[in-house]
Amino acid sequence: MATPTMDKLEALENDSTSSHLITVTFRIRRFNPEISAEAVWEDFQLEIDPKERVLDGLHKIKWELDGTLTFRRSCAHGICGSDAMRINGKNRLACKTLIKDINPEKPITVEAIKGLTVLKDLVVDMDPFFQAYRDVMPFLVTKGNEPTRERLQSAEDRERFDDTTKCILCAACTSSCPVFWNDGQYFGPAAIVNAHRFIFDSRDEAGEQRLEILNDRDGVWRCRTTFNCTDACPRGIEVTKAIQEVKRALITRRY
Amino acid sequence: MSDTTLTKSDGTSGVGPVEGAPVYDVDNPAPYIEAPRKRTSKTPRSTRGNFEMAAWLFMRLSGVVLVVLVIGHLLIQLVLDGGVSKVGFAFVAGRWASPFWQGWDLLMLWLAMLHGANGLRTVINDYAERPQTRMWLKGLLYAATVFTVLLGTLVIFTFDPNIR
Repeated sequence: MATPTMDKLEALENDSTSSHLITVTFRIRRFNPEISAEAVWEDFQLEIDPKERVLDGLHKIKWELDGTLTFRRSCAHGICGSDAMRINGKNRLACKTLIKDINPEKPITVEAIKGLTVLKDLVVDMDPFFQAYRDVMPFLVTKGNEPTRERLQSAEDRERFDDTTKCILCAACTSSCPVFWNDGQYFGPAAIVNAHRFIFDSRDEAGEQRLEILNDRDGVWRCRTTFNCTDACPRGIEVTKAIQEVKRALITRRY
Repeated sequence: MSDTTLTKSDGTSGVGPVEGAPVYDVDNPAPYIEAPRKRTSKTPRSTRGNFEMAAWLFMRLSGVVLVVLVIGHLLIQLVLDGGVSKVGFAFVAGRWASPFWQGWDLLMLWLAMLHGANGLRTVINDYAERPQTRMWLKGLLYAATVFTVLLGTLVIFTFDPNIR
């Protein structure tokens, strides 16, 4: 038997849910190569709390309206970097974007990130992206015997590359870069950020090699400083600044 | 991409029919999607050395020099001493009598042309997608650049104020 208090709570809850929900239109770019070679926009209407995230809306659609909707998400809390997508024309993580922050009065457009082959709906082929990441050797390289203790580093030395350690490899920056959109041969901001993380690490000894890799025709010199990557980064990394620092390192190393 | 469609032993799709669709199967596979990016670990490294770096550095340095040259040029030609109305054959002949102004104009011509041509080269690299288009656009660009630079240089050095 419910106590009066609980009744009151329930009533309050019912009240609040009904008053808080708003109707939102999700305009999603659907693509299924097994049905059609063309991608089409499809609208979904749903009742949702504006304080929920775009990812919750996508879940609602997949679980209650159309189970064929395909998208990636793993942790759903902005750490794994699986659910980068183009929401209202801007690259964001669906799990970090609140509905109320992107004007729910108008239809919310959701599409796959650009510059990578769309496999289905919001899922893209990330292989070229990770290939560029592998190309810059994103691991510690040292010479000589391994020390028996930790490799110590001063707080200042750690601070030097602190910003670029935050990358979660969601591809929001690389797929917002107009140079990457063209032929996809450019390394892209994410690979350069992860090279930066080791180039400026005092413990690492392969900085020269990484700089030489990024000195390639499709390396840092194709950057046009449009700042799309810095705007897109869901972790707030100053991506363009990192790229400029790599450029400066390449120049000052030589002259 | 691996072929991992859910297929039961009797050959029917485990996913169930998709609405309004000719569903692809083993005998009739979905079209293969080309990867947009061709670099693999086997792709040879560019052998063009540091040309891109030199080009990038040239843009910065020539830009700084051009600011001085072009603003000075504009001031002399358009603002000082009665403005544009003073510019005529005699005015140009008078300035080019001095090696200093010959050098100024020559430097400005070369830097501005190479700066602009390199800028357009990067624009073509960024926007022209097909190799054929790229080749033709760049060919046209280089031809126009070489022609303008050579013609300008020729005029600066062979200018004859006593021409009839």
